[in-house]
Amino acid sequence: MAIARYLVCLVALFAASSLRADPETFRAFGGVPGLTRVVDSFMEELLADPRTRPFFESVDQQNLKRLLVEQFCAELQGGCTYTGRDMRSAHQGQGITMADFNALVEALQKAMAREGVPFRAQNKLLAKLAPMYRDIVER
Amino acid sequence: MRIRQAAIIGLPILLSAGVAQALEYGGRLLLTGGVNTIEGAAGGGLTPWAVIGGYGTRDQIGGNAFFSHVEIDDYRLEVRGAVLGLFDRVELSFAEQRFDTRQVGAALGLGAGFTFRQEVFGAKIRLAGDAVLDQDLWMPQIAFGVEHKRNNRGAILRAIGARDDEGTDYYLSATKLFLAQSTLLNATLRATKANQAGILGFGGDRRDSYRIQPEFSLAYLLNRHLAIGGEYRFKPNNLGIAKEDDWWDLFVAWAPNKHLSLTLAYVDLGNIVIRDRQSATYLSLQVGF
Ligand code: HEM
Repeated sequence: MAIARYLVCLVALFAASSLRADPETFRAFGGVPGLTRVVDSFMEELLADPRTRPFFESVDQQNLKRLLVEQFCAELQGGCTYTGRDMRSAHQGQGITMADFNALVEALQKAMAREGVPFRAQNKLLAKLAPMYRDIVER
Repeated sequence: MRIRQAAIIGLPILLSAGVAQALEYGGRLLLTGGVNTIEGAAGGGLTPWAVIGGYGTRDQIGGNAFFSHVEIDDYRLEVRGAVLGLFDRVELSFAEQRFDTRQVGAALGLGAGFTFRQEVFGAKIRLAGDAVLDQDLWMPQIAFGVEHKRNNRGAILRAIGARDDEGTDYYLSATKLFLAQSTLLNATLRATKANQAGILGFGGDRRDSYRIQPEFSLAYLLNRHLAIGGEYRFKPNNLGIAKEDDWWDLFVAWAPNKHLSLTLAYVDLGNIVIRDRQSATYLSLQVGF
């Protein structure tokens, strides 16, 4: 059962690497200026996709983008403080489905790729955001 | 049979057209439905995963049809089938396998090109967890599945020592995507009596009881569309006349979009009846929603 032992080692490695603070990923995004570009592209993607447009077309996009940059920067331990609402109160009553949630993740993936964020760094941010589905998805 | 097969394979396509208006579909992320095992179930090529096939979310239906061609040194395996995923909870699958013995058939006195045909009816239920989204938890996605297999060559199977031409595998799979590491791990425990996955029947002269066999997959995501990885499947060894080895593979899977995926693999199958060290090229095409 050498394979089982390998798997245990791998899992232990993952545990170690996910506990560390990660300034490298924040740098891979290009700091706050890089995150700002990603969030600009992200909003363009959200407004271009018929699945997500209805949610975002009539909100204060400038303010939302500012809060998203803060939030992503804070999640990546880039030294920002997120000043917006918690995820549950921000999304309550919007009737967001799992498919809507995944559509938003796809938009973010496209935006990050477009802005040249390395794939591994993309996934590190997504790993921080993904569990938020529990507070965001209502149906 | 032709008609039934066409109906089963046509089903996801019809559904995708019909259901599109009634229900939204295809809401899950790319590659998270896995590819199709040679037994139909969603997973890697050799081992089922706990994910539900297709791209349907908990409000949606998903599905796919697939064709796999495994060109083995001295044999050939072709599989066609379909998967239906219901509300990211239940998966139903069907696969029809044709195992062509080519020249080995002649050597065994069965005739060149003697072919075993097996049908596999599968069902899987997700018990807990979300392999993709629960990134803050250690809990993997866990599913329980059954695969009922029916081989059409009962007389030959009994002649080589197999006890049955029908059998059912039961499995428990745990799958976790470690997104921050761009890595997916799967472990499956399969209770089975099958010889060479059932192509050589079920149970044998050496042993005729269920054995629990582990199976592992590891995949690394290179980008949103491309994954590479490997799998290892332990196998029982029930037949006196034909030693059976574990299987492993190395694969690359490419999904340009949610309607298409292509998987290419190198597979090591070990000994198969009278031919040792059989390796194979596996190519699988999946069309789905
Ligand atoms: C992990 C996924 C998500 C993250 C990290 C996220 C983050 C945020 C943040 C930081 C805000 C600002 C909160 C505030 O105004 O104080 C916000 C608001 C908003 N979010 Fe999300 N969100 C996510 C998923 C979604 C989804 C799936 C949708 C809909 C498809 C959505 C629609 C909105 C809308 C419409 C607002 C503005 C609400 C308002 O101004 O009243 N979000 N989100």
